[in-house]
Amino acid sequence: MIEVRDLNKSFGSHPVLEGVNLRIEKGESVVIIGRSGGGKSVLLKLLIGLLEPDAGRVLIDGENIVPMNERQLLHVRRKFGMLFQSAALFDSMNVAENVAFAFRRERSLPAQEVARKVGEVLELVDLPGIEETKPSELSGGMRKRVGLARAIIYQPQIVLYDEPTTGLDPVVSDSIDQLILRVRDRLDVTTVVVTHDMRSARRLGQRILMLHERRIYAVGTPDEIFESKDPIVRRFIEGVSDPKDHLF
Amino acid sequence: MDSRGNRLAEWVEGLGRLTLLAREALASLLSFKVAWRDLLFQVYFVGVKSQSVVLITGAFTGMVLGAQTFFQFHKVKMDTATLAVVSVSMCSELGPVLTGLMVAGRVGAAFAAEIGTMRVTEQIDALRTLATHPVDYLVVPRLMALYIALPLLTAESIAVGIGAGYFVGVYLLGIEPTYLWYNMLKYTNTSDVVIGLIKSFIFGGIIAMIGCYKGMSCGEGAEGVGRATTEAVVFSSITVLITNFFLTLVLGQIFQKV
Repeated sequence: MIEVRDLNKSFGSHPVLEGVNLRIEKGESVVIIGRSGGGKSVLLKLLIGLLEPDAGRVLIDGENIVPMNERQLLHVRRKFGMLFQSAALFDSMNVAENVAFAFRRERSLPAQEVARKVGEVLELVDLPGIEETKPSELSGGMRKRVGLARAIIYQPQIVLYDEPTTGLDPVVSDSIDQLILRVRDRLDVTTVVVTHDMRSARRLGQRILMLHERRIYAVGTPDEIFESKDPIVRRFIEGVSDPKDHLF
Repeated sequence: MDSRGNRLAEWVEGLGRLTLLAREALASLLSFKVAWRDLLFQVYFVGVKSQSVVLITGAFTGMVLGAQTFFQFHKVKMDTATLAVVSVSMCSELGPVLTGLMVAGRVGAAFAAEIGTMRVTEQIDALRTLATHPVDYLVVPRLMALYIALPLLTAESIAVGIGAGYFVGVYLLGIEPTYLWYNMLKYTNTSDVVIGLIKSFIFGGIIAMIGCYKGMSCGEGAEGVGRATTEAVVFSSITVLITNFFLTLVLGQIFQKV
């Protein structure tokens, strides 16, 4: 279970999150939506301890991770898998080395067992037989799939997705959405997705949280959010800009 | 005044962060958690791949030093002391400093660029999500590689420099080879070699830590990586030169050279 209490984060004099509270139950699938630059990815990185908040608490299974140092956080991060916006594959390694990275470091399993697990997880993301390929030879969608394979190979309890469909065409985006659902159902993981792709948000979320003006502005099921009469929520869902907004 | 104050505060803060990174790296190094495969690769990258740079630097420094020393010593009929000057200078000063500077340019820049690129493409964050401490994985193998390779490269540079000085003295300047070699052995002490190797060991730590620190703290985008790379080379070169002065004083006292 993930719980966030009164979380504040700013970069220099620019506040990004103020008094954010949220709770995500075990096995739940939550989508966080909001404007670009609105702090969605920052919130996701705060959940896994990649960033340090200015104030507030982040509780993972009841354990506050905010005061932990980097070494203590390593233990907590074993519960997580994360897919980055750019997939963040290690470009000096091939696909198999990327996916098996955690096992290679720990040397807890024999090489044959690691190879078997890599094959299995690549099959799960519909990319069998590309073990020897370099990340530079992969398309955007394939990179995301390999990034996801790397995130789930050691069967985490929570998977975080940072803009999983950004930069992909609608067909590939759809396949990534289906993959996220497949991973959620097969591995029975808690899923947190950050996106501004409303089609993905509707499909992936059991609950949608909207981040606006540094706070959680709206919370509800996909149906509640998509049928909301709130003008700010409506404008976001329909993609209508406000002339008063500073967009650039 | 404000801007100067800010820059000073940033500089002090950077120094503090570098010290914390060095402490973390040394603690990790002493726990012997290093991945041997990564260490071997870094030793190859630092040691084997720097051969041409170090050999050329050592050889031409020894040759120039030999020729210049001969031109001055010839006036006072001390031709056969030429190689002794080359040897002592190469062992305790020029060998470690010039090798350090060349390696700072090649290896320090590569560390900053590689780690900086990993930072801006979120690969370091990915490492952290995979329960891997970036210091264990990125800094420690590089630090150890420089601790191992730089003294060896320095020894090689010293030997090549002395050999090149001998070659110039005997075959180009016509100095009598027996006394040239005899004087070199007579006036070069073991302590000169030891001082050179101690210096190179310390320079190795400086180059690795500044290169890795600049990479890990680099700004966003291509500009950030470019700036980190430049700063890594400039700062490590300057630090090597300044540290060398103090090491000369301290090691000179320890080995009672005065």
